[in-house]
Amino acid sequence: MVNIELKNISKSFGSVQANQDINIKVNSGEILGLLGENGAGKSTLMNILCGLYRPDEGKIIINQKETHFDNPGDAIKSGVGMVHQHFMLVPIFTVTENVILGNEKTGNLNYLKIKDSEKKVSEISEKYSLLVNPKEITERLSVGAQQRVEIIKVLFRSAELIIFDEPTAVLTPQEVKELFKIMNALKKSGKAIIFITHKLHEVREVCDKISILRAGMIVGEVDPKKVSNKELANLMVGRPVNLSLERKKNKTGKTILEVDNLSVLNENREIALNQISFNVKEGEIVGIAGVQGNGQTELVESITGLRNFVAGNVSYFEKKMEYITPREIHKLGIRHIPEDRQKSGVIANFTVSENKILNDYYQKPFSSNYIMSWGDVERVSETVVKNFDIRTPSITTLTQNLSGGNQQKLVVGRELSNKVDFLIASQPTRGIDVGSIEYIHKQLIETRNNGKGILLISTELDEILTLSDRILVLFEGKIIKEFSSNASTEEIGLAMAGQS
Amino acid sequence: MPFHGHSKQKIKVKMNNFKQNKYGNEKQALLTGYLLVVFGIFISFFFGFGIDGDAVFKLSRPRDTFVLPNLVVPASEYNILVSFVLIFLGARIILRRMTSYSSLYLGAGLFLLVTCFLVWATAGKSFSLTGMMQATVIRATPIALAALAGILSERVAIINIGIEGMLLVGAFSGAVFGSLFGGIIGLIFAIIVGGLFGLLHALLVIKYRVDQIISGVAINILALGLTSFLTSSFLKTNPELNDAPIFRPIKIPFLSDIPVLGPTLFQQNFFVYGAIILVLTTTYYIFKTGVGLRLRAVGEHPKAADTLGVNVLSVRYINVSLAGMVAGFGGAWFTLGSVGRFDEAMTGGRGFIGLAAMIFGRWHPVGALMAALIFGFADSLQQKLAILRTPIPSEFLAMAPYIATIVFVAGLIGTARAPHAIGKPYIKE
Repeated sequence: MVNIELKNISKSFGSVQANQDINIKVNSGEILGLLGENGAGKSTLMNILCGLYRPDEGKIIINQKETHFDNPGDAIKSGVGMVHQHFMLVPIFTVTENVILGNEKTGNLNYLKIKDSEKKVSEISEKYSLLVNPKEITERLSVGAQQRVEIIKVLFRSAELIIFDEPTAVLTPQEVKELFKIMNALKKSGKAIIFITHKLHEVREVCDKISILRAGMIVGEVDPKKVSNKELANLMVGRPVNLSLERKKNKTGKTILEVDNLSVLNENREIALNQISFNVKEGEIVGIAGVQGNGQTELVESITGLRNFVAGNVSYFEKKMEYITPREIHKLGIRHIPEDRQKSGVIANFTVSENKILNDYYQKPFSSNYIMSWGDVERVSETVVKNFDIRTPSITTLTQNLSGGNQQKLVVGRELSNKVDFLIASQPTRGIDVGSIEYIHKQLIETRNNGKGILLISTELDEILTLSDRILVLFEGKIIKEFSSNASTEEIGLAMAGQS
Repeated sequence: MPFHGHSKQKIKVKMNNFKQNKYGNEKQALLTGYLLVVFGIFISFFFGFGIDGDAVFKLSRPRDTFVLPNLVVPASEYNILVSFVLIFLGARIILRRMTSYSSLYLGAGLFLLVTCFLVWATAGKSFSLTGMMQATVIRATPIALAALAGILSERVAIINIGIEGMLLVGAFSGAVFGSLFGGIIGLIFAIIVGGLFGLLHALLVIKYRVDQIISGVAINILALGLTSFLTSSFLKTNPELNDAPIFRPIKIPFLSDIPVLGPTLFQQNFFVYGAIILVLTTTYYIFKTGVGLRLRAVGEHPKAADTLGVNVLSVRYINVSLAGMVAGFGGAWFTLGSVGRFDEAMTGGRGFIGLAAMIFGRWHPVGALMAALIFGFADSLQQKLAILRTPIPSEFLAMAPYIATIVFVAGLIGTARAPHAIGKPYIKE
């Protein structure tokens, strides 16, 4: 039996108050849902609980005893284990090596008793039906199996409190169901569980109680049986949220993009896309669903001129697009919201207005005869900041000081603020707040209603379902099925797992 | 209980192999085939025709316990035969698209090319093969030790191009302290000073987050400047400070009497035995122990190690300092294990060649030792060929070890995988 209490926890980073006066409590045999938007302070709180950060104020009380964690090792010893959102696994290690790291069983001369440990891993894996081969190399496992390894790691250290940090983000709907079964089994065996997520229906499905975190504070504790999605969303965001989007019936026009038998290699020279064909017409959003790493990145890069293809064709308004540079592609009216805004969307230590002109700085009015006209840059940036609701102190603020949502709105604003014929939106709302998500979704729908074409790539199935007119499922580099916009989550989920 | 994830994995691996075969390996196989044909043509053109006499390779020395007869190779015939074999094999690989074992074929081709070169150079003369192998092992020793130091450092994700400098300070301290207090004390000081330079590198890159390459360059320049300055201002005027005793070869009873192998491996000095022992212990340390598991985790995914309570920074400090100590030991070879005196910049880039050996050996101590032997071979080849008086100028031959480095680094190691976190400082938020 265990009960864990966080009392009056506060933590700030510089001037940012990440957690303020937080109280939560969880007991054996209980699942506590911790619901909050990105940036609400969930991860900070959990990093405090697992010893990575130290709180500025407040106490951690385990079984009525006040405890201090100086490092992750202390937290592990006190029975706190965390299944991290980004798996903490060494890719080239075997499953067993990953599980025992830091708690190795050794003999004379520090000899690693790997056989004994493999047995122990098998035992745990059988006891909790966490199927995985202890001798397999971790990077060869599917994402779901890697998550099972993370859970085994925690159980191997006999944790009594298990924290799941956004565990469903990388899973297919079927894998999510499987995970919930595991969580319930763990709960029955007497573990205390904290489940962190921003997905409303998930907390209602498995949790015994829900705490809602907003802007670093607990704003509500509710019973999952007595609350609706809408009420949860309002608590999480702090104002009424419109969960459904109005979509006019679309009228499709000419074919904009035609992808014909496209094959592309990845960095390891393996096939990433295997002879895929599809098209996008004027006035429609085509959604590409699929678990991350099934060829989405390569698809976007080959259409935007960032990657060569080995076979096949991409045509744009019936003109072939091979060997053409990203700049020429941009000039054709193709716009691109890249999947990772930090890596390829914005330059973090450029100002807002400098980022605004990244893709057309060389054109009039921004530049003539190789001389920049900063007055025009400022004027245009001001309008974009206003039109796209980018919350920034000024256009000369460094982009790295903007929140993720506002950075993403800047990317969207840059791409949609001048002539668009076709938009490739890759993970357009990853890791941003609900308000920004709503806003960006509206922009995408509006672009479609104006008769433009959009190729939407997202690993969030909900997003695909809300926005798309047609849905294609990408699995191991192939389009294995096409759905209409009213397909069910289950059907698409099965296809995402490779069953067509 | 069946592992349902397992069978799926197998299918995936198979698929990957298929993909590899179709696109990746075919290109490599074709390249191998063409190279073999080129080798064959090259051999018959330059080494095959117009040479007379037999090449005599001496396997034993007159005073050996067991004397083997000389190996006599008819030069022209041997080379022409080899060139035909290579052309045939290359053509077969090209025509049949033989995708498996292509790097093995390439290795064999290179080996045959080298034998043909030796046969050509020796034609009508005689050449001591055993002496050559003995020299190979001796010359490989500092390279292997430098590679080992590189492995210890890079396995915890810290690039260490300062090894050249650590060799140099090891050589210098070995000479000075060896002259003052005898060889063993000299060796101990070489190890300590090397370790201190390793610790300096660790401090710079871990605590002060200096770029790892820049810190390494700084250490090389510091070591070169410091030892050159001390040499010209003190050792020149006090020659008794630069006259260290040399570790003599130790014959291991019985084993040293085995023909060829005995003189090569069992009549060497302490440095050679030390290097072999260090390669074995390092292999055990990295791959078979609990601390080794942590070390590898710190090099691949430091955050994962941190979340499990492993102290990332102390693992790095310890291993980079250990790397410095190994390099200090390797440096002492140049003075205490070889000539007994220190000369400016006497390490001659062996530290960098050691890093090439480390990469070629895929960050594995045994692999690095094998690679070091190849570089040692190139090194001793140029030395011995100078005696044979080939038409190739000796200055040109002196480039052999460096050319070998370029060829291997550029050509053969493309797919080697460095520890994943390499070069990145570990910063906790």
